[in-house]
Amino acid sequence: MPAARTERSHRAPHSRALGLRFSLLAALSILLLVIDYRDNHLDTVRTAIGATVYPLRVVVDAPVSVWRWASETTASRSDLQTENERLHSERLLTHARLQQLSALEAENSRLRAMLDATHRVRDEVRVAQIMSVSSDPFRHVLVIDKGSRDGVYDGQAMIDDSGVVGQIIQTGLLSSQGILISDPDHALPVEVNRNGLRTVALGTGKYERLDLPFLANNADIRVDDLLVTSGLGGEFPAGYPVAVVTSVILNPQESFAEVSAKPVAALNQVRELMLIWNEATEEEVEARNQDDAGESEEVQDE
Amino acid sequence: MSNDSASRRLPILTCIVASLMLAIAPMPGWAEAYRPDWVPLTLIFWSMLLPRTYSIGWAWIIGLILDVAQGTLFGQHALALVLIVYITVKFHLQIRVFPMLQMTATVFALLALYQFILFWINGVAGINSPAVAYWGPVLTGTIVWPLLSTIYGGIRYSARSSG
Repeated sequence: MPAARTERSHRAPHSRALGLRFSLLAALSILLLVIDYRDNHLDTVRTAIGATVYPLRVVVDAPVSVWRWASETTASRSDLQTENERLHSERLLTHARLQQLSALEAENSRLRAMLDATHRVRDEVRVAQIMSVSSDPFRHVLVIDKGSRDGVYDGQAMIDDSGVVGQIIQTGLLSSQGILISDPDHALPVEVNRNGLRTVALGTGKYERLDLPFLANNADIRVDDLLVTSGLGGEFPAGYPVAVVTSVILNPQESFAEVSAKPVAALNQVRELMLIWNEATEEEVEARNQDDAGESEEVQDE
Repeated sequence: MSNDSASRRLPILTCIVASLMLAIAPMPGWAEAYRPDWVPLTLIFWSMLLPRTYSIGWAWIIGLILDVAQGTLFGQHALALVLIVYITVKFHLQIRVFPMLQMTATVFALLALYQFILFWINGVAGINSPAVAYWGPVLTGTIVWPLLSTIYGGIRYSARSSG
C-alpha cells in the first residue's frame, strides 16, 4: 500500500530532531547577524548568493524593459520629432554652458596653481541602470547593473542628472548594491554652497527629506540654500549638489537648530544613474590592492 | 520513484521561486509598505502540507537568499523564517485541519511574529522605520492568504494527480 505509506511518512512527527535542527539553525543565524553587524567578513558569501539572485532580478525586471522597448518602438513619428527637437535645443544649451565651463576650469586651475593648492581632476562618469529597489521599506537600497567587472568599487558615488543619489555599499561581479542618501543609516558630509559652512546631512528614511542636526542656532543658513558635497568624507568627490534647505527652525532652548533639506536628485524616480570614478580614490584602491598583494606574497614566503 | 518525486517537486519549487521574484519585484513607492510577505506565506503553506520535505533547512537557505536580495543584515530573514516554519512544522497536524477562518488567523499570528523578529533585529542594530512598514505586510499577507492557499492547493492537487 504505497499510498498509505507516504501518508504516514508525511504525518510521522520527528520533533526531537526538529527541535535540535531549529536550535542549530537559529544559533547559526544569530552568529551570522553578529558577524555581519560587527564587521563585514561575509562579503564573499553575499557575492556568491547574489549571483544566484541575479537571474531572478533579470526576469523580474523583464516586464519593465519590454514595456519601455515597446513604447519606444511604437512611439509616433511626431512624438519622436518633438523629443528630438527638445533634445537638440537642450544640447545647444549645454554646449554653450560647456564652453564657459572649460574656460572656468582653466581659470580655476590657474588660480589653484597660484595658491599652490592641489589640482582638481575631472571625474570620470559612466551610466548604470537600476535593476531593482529594495523591497524592504526600512532600507533605501537599490541594485544597479554594473559590478566589479566594470570597475565598480565599494564607496563609489552615484549621481543622477541633478544631484547626488547615494553610494555603492557592496559590489558583486555583475551587479552592485547602492545605498541612497535618504537611508536612515547614511550620513553625507556637505557644505553650504553660498558660504562654505560645513555640516553633515543625515538620511531620514523619507525620500524628500534630509536632516542637518549639527548646526548651531547662530549658524549662517537660510531656506533655499544649496548644499553641495564637501568631499571631506573621502568617499564623495567635492562640489556635487545634494539638497536644498527647506526649513530652518530656531529654538532658543536647544543648542542646535532644526534644519531639514530636500534632495535635488529624484531619489524614488531614477531608473538610470551615473557612477563617478574619482581618480584619487581609484589610485588609493590600486595602492590598497598592491598592499594586499604584497601581504599575501609575504604570507606565501613564510 | 525518483522521477516521480522530481515531477512532484517541480511545481513546489516553482512556487518558491515565484514568491522570491514577487518579493524583489519593483513596486511604486507608496505600495512598498503594503507588499504581502510572499515568501513566508509560501513556506508556511508547503511546510504545513509536506513538513518532511519542506522544513526549516529550506527556510534557512531561502531566508539567506532573501537577506542578500533585500540588502538586510545577513541572517535576519533567515532567523525569522526558520522560527515561523519551525512553529508551522511543529503544529502542522492541527493547522492543516483548521477551518479557513481559523487558519487565516493562525497565519496572521505567524506573519506578525515574523515581522516582529525583523523589527526586533532592526531595533538592536539601530535601524528605525515607520510602524506601517511592519504592519502593512502582515495585513495584506493575511488578506491574500485564502486566495494564495486555494491556488497552491490546486497546484498540489494537479501535481499529485499527474505524478
